[in-house]
Amino acid sequence: MNFTLHIWRQENARAKGHFETYKVQNISTECSFLEMLDILNESLLNDHIAHPVCFDNDCREGICGMCGLYINGRPHGNDDGITTCQLHMRKFNDGDDIWIEPWRAKPFPVIRDLVVDRTAFDKIIQAGGYISTTTGGVPDANSILIPKHKADMAMDAAACIGCGACVAACKNASAMLFVSAKVSHLALLPQGQVEAADRVRKMVCKMDELGFGSCTNTYACEAECPKQIKRQNIARLNRQWIGSGFGRDRKTE
Amino acid sequence: MNLDSKIPEGPLAEKWTNYKAHQKLVNPANKRKINIIVVGTGLAGASAAASLGALGFKVDIFCIQDSPRRAHSIAAQGGINAAKNYQNDGDSIYRLFYDTIKGGDYRAREANVYRLAEVSNNIIDQCVAQGVPFARDYGGTLDNRSFGGAQVSRTFYARGQTGQQLLLGAYGALSREIARGTVTLHERHEMMDLVVVDGRARGIITRNLVNGEIERFAAHAVVLATGGYGNIYYLSTNAMNSNGSAAWQCHKKGALFANPCYVQIHPTCIPVHGDYQSKLTLMSESLRNDGRIWVPKKKEDAEAIRAKKLKPTDIAEEDRDYYLERRYPAFGNLVPRDVASRAAKERCDAGYGVGTGLAVYLDFADAIQRLGRDVVEQRYGNLFQMYQKITDDNPYETPMMIYPAIHYTMGGIWVDYELQTTIPGLFAAGEANFSDHGANRLGASALMQGLADGYFVLPYTMQNYLSDQIYVGKISADTPEFDKAEQDVRERINKLFEVGQKAAAGTTKTVDHFQKALGHIMWEYVGMARNTESLTTAKKLVCELEEEFWKEVSIPGKNEEMNPELEKGLRTADNFELARLMIQDALHREESCGGHFRTEHQTEDGETQRDDEHFMYVGAWEYQGHDVDEVMSKEDLHYEYIQIAKRNYK
Repeated sequence: MNFTLHIWRQENARAKGHFETYKVQNISTECSFLEMLDILNESLLNDHIAHPVCFDNDCREGICGMCGLYINGRPHGNDDGITTCQLHMRKFNDGDDIWIEPWRAKPFPVIRDLVVDRTAFDKIIQAGGYISTTTGGVPDANSILIPKHKADMAMDAAACIGCGACVAACKNASAMLFVSAKVSHLALLPQGQVEAADRVRKMVCKMDELGFGSCTNTYACEAECPKQIKRQNIARLNRQWIGSGFGRDRKTE
Repeated sequence: MNLDSKIPEGPLAEKWTNYKAHQKLVNPANKRKINIIVVGTGLAGASAAASLGALGFKVDIFCIQDSPRRAHSIAAQGGINAAKNYQNDGDSIYRLFYDTIKGGDYRAREANVYRLAEVSNNIIDQCVAQGVPFARDYGGTLDNRSFGGAQVSRTFYARGQTGQQLLLGAYGALSREIARGTVTLHERHEMMDLVVVDGRARGIITRNLVNGEIERFAAHAVVLATGGYGNIYYLSTNAMNSNGSAAWQCHKKGALFANPCYVQIHPTCIPVHGDYQSKLTLMSESLRNDGRIWVPKKKEDAEAIRAKKLKPTDIAEEDRDYYLERRYPAFGNLVPRDVASRAAKERCDAGYGVGTGLAVYLDFADAIQRLGRDVVEQRYGNLFQMYQKITDDNPYETPMMIYPAIHYTMGGIWVDYELQTTIPGLFAAGEANFSDHGANRLGASALMQGLADGYFVLPYTMQNYLSDQIYVGKISADTPEFDKAEQDVRERINKLFEVGQKAAAGTTKTVDHFQKALGHIMWEYVGMARNTESLTTAKKLVCELEEEFWKEVSIPGKNEEMNPELEKGLRTADNFELARLMIQDALHREESCGGHFRTEHQTEDGETQRDDEHFMYVGAWEYQGHDVDEVMSKEDLHYEYIQIAKRNYK
């Protein structure tokens, strides 16, 4: 198969970016999208045409959350429930034009080409996306029983890989799906109850502070989430938020 | 070199307790004056940094990804072992210890493995307290499943994403310490060198992967938790950026490298389909709980399948060869990985392979009939989806095709009982060290070891080292040793750029060209089956390729920018040296054990033949300089609590 690629090139965070057009030929249908970019990069290197295209990737099996490209207007491309590295060229037609962009959101500045800085997500987690336990001194694992359906729901929410597709898909660059997945995961478990009110308050405040937009319930995030995290988590976050006294700091009361 | 493993006195079951009772500690006020560097944010690194930070030490942690949550531990699928015996099926600490030693083909250190089994139970408690959503039964208790090499169900799991959930637990604990200010995170930083001052590890040199800046970090101790070197084979189940370079730098600075030839080849991976392929995807070992592995009994059927004239579902039950069940009736499809891998290779080499000829079937038809599609989907849904996305085949309707692939490296930096390397102050944890898995690792034990090292071993043993470091004061990065290390790093980078700049136009090649070629040599000659001839050939080919590399490799751009080609180039340069050491070790080990299969040493029915009389030791190698053969020191293995036997899974 042959493709015409239009790829966002930007030398560094301060430089002005633009689209560059490249052709790739004889691509196998079994080839993954990132392998197709590898082939492009090999040819750019061999022909000394340009610096290879930078794109983040690591596990290439859909779990690390490192890769994330905006392909023909969709985060992770035109397939459901997958990351960019799981997208295969058989999903395209021979001769297609493919537009490839980085995530576009103010809190995710471009580092180079298709690579963006997602440390904002780490900062949200650091604000409270955990259960405060130190190592050791915890009860036996079976001493607190958890109903199976609750554990399963917690697992559904915990499956988030932190790739940022939800933010990229959202017209407001809201991080609600990401934040709600972590809030839900922990709020659904008895171990997470103790800090639940504080957690939701701190995480939501941090999200706002970092410049993520507001949620206007269009659910583009849910449609594009590679792990199919459900919008019900956003509803749960909102309930938690209300329950926390609309995010009031209890210590100051 | 005399290797002192520092195994504590006393009966096996009391060694760790005795150690903890008598080790030296650092008082809380002094802890915040002590700096520790942790390299790597996988299970071992993140759990170590979180635990050390919680104790009050000042920790700097480094990862090459954009976030600590992306370390390759995240991709572990199947589960984590622990001797909880929640299933009342006869498990115990001793049995987990015994299975691990036996699974490792009697090439691991008794005391370390016993401690691992002992703390395994604490890990599960810890993870549940952190909110890891392990699978549960309807009554609310934790569920278990079986893994290879065990006859009990001791594996805890979170669907097919156990590694992800455990890592996110450790990442949460780490994030908490970062928020508290005890741990400082340095993401997109690659360790380029270890700095040794007066014989002790005192810091590292890093390269900022965003802007190429070379930086210095000083500390009282350094923890290496950078994973394994499986990517030397190019195609492996490792993530693209996983590499053994940081460990190799430590080796060059004096840390001995143990058992480099012990490499694990995982039996159930999606087969290779083209030369542009960048990685192989693992299908969890847990699938062997319910999946049955087979190839056609008749060669003509296999040929017809390869020619696409027959489908697997056309082959009648009596014409299928469930070769693992046939050869190993006691363990069946759940034999250890090395055994299952070799058996698949044997069938394919004999002409019974399917697909391209290098694949066997993993069939769920029986399980779907027995349990229903819903149950199978609940257990393995995400793996089935992953398989379908990659291959475009539906495993609910047609059997999966699988083939062995490089997965894990049991070899690594030599450490003593305290996980300290031969460089005082340098500790190695997780896959980066060699200590617990002998010549073959059992499934669901890597997660156990990573977390055991980080949560429950290093926070104790490091204090024993650090107790007298409170007198040293703050470590300065402004010393001749740091100057020299930084200078060396800059020279290494410049040297690599110069190759392409000096080469004649049109003669240069890319880094991937060389790494693929190296991987091909390693897989072909230092892979699942090795012998003197193949290893000698490999050595020659690696040397030739390395020579070409230093004449023809081209790195674009400059150091002072994001430059993935430079990152890969530096790692490949180290891989040549590491490859030669692996070959040297494989050549010297004139026996077959675990993942190291020398075709000269096998039984009549093709099983590994150990030579306990001559090889019951750890081979730890000392770097002597580029192009010079390394020198080996032996650590003899003594088994006091285990009856050495032929490993038998029949």
